[in-house]
Amino acid sequence: MSDVQATKEIDARGSFCPGPMMELIRVVRSSEVGDVVAVLSNDQGSRRDIPTWVEKAKHELVGIETLDGYDRIVVKKLH
Amino acid sequence: MADENRKLAMVVFGGTVDKLYPAAIMASGAVMNDMDVDIFITFWGMMPFRKGAPYQLQSVSKDHEEMGAAMMHAMQEKKVPSWYDTLQQAKEIGNVHVHACAMTADLFGLGQDDFEPIVDDIIGVGEFIDMAASATTTMYLG
Repeated sequence: MSDVQATKEIDARGSFCPGPMMELIRVVRSSEVGDVVAVLSNDQGSRRDIPTWVEKAKHELVGIETLDGYDRIVVKKLH
Repeated sequence: MADENRKLAMVVFGGTVDKLYPAAIMASGAVMNDMDVDIFITFWGMMPFRKGAPYQLQSVSKDHEEMGAAMMHAMQEKKVPSWYDTLQQAKEIGNVHVHACAMTADLFGLGQDDFEPIVDDIIGVGEFIDMAASATTTMYLG
C-alpha cells in the first residue's frame, strides 16, 4: 500500500473532524478523473467518514493503511 | 450538484462558541452527504455573524462557563479551526445558505450591510419554514 503512488497527497495530520474529509472533497473535485489522492489523517471521525463518502460519491477506495499513529487513505477519482 | 432529495434545514438560536461549533460541523456533515443546507440564524445565534464579530467571539454557555477558558485554550493549542472557518469551508465546498431572521434583525436594527458576507439574506420565518418543509432533516440548535 505504501508503494501506491498518489497524484496528490494531503497531509491533514493534526486536523480535526471534519477537516480531513473536507480537504479531501475539495482536492478530489479539482482533480482529473483517474487521479489518485492520498490523505494522511489521525482523526478518528475521518477514518470512518472517508470510506463512506468515497462509496456514496462513487469513487474508488484504493486502500487504508495504518502507519505510525496515523492513517493513509488512498482514493481514486472515477468520474 | 447536491442530491435534490435531501436537504438539511437548521435553526441556530445559541450564539456562544460551543453552540456555533455544532452548527458549523453539522453543515459540514451535510455537505459531505451531498445535501444542501439552509441555516436560519435567530436571536443570539445571529449576533456572531455581525461584521467583525466572528473572530472576536469568546463566550461559552453559562451552564459550563467554568470550562470556557480551558476549552478555548485547548482549541488554540490543538489548532482546531474556528467555528466560523469551519462553516466557511462548508460553504465553499457545498451549497450552504445562511439566512438571518428578519424579526431579530428588526429588533436589533440590523440590515444586510451589518452582517459578514457569509450571511446570504434576511428572511422571514414563513420563507424559512417553507425551506424546512422541503428538507429531509431539520435541526434546532438552541
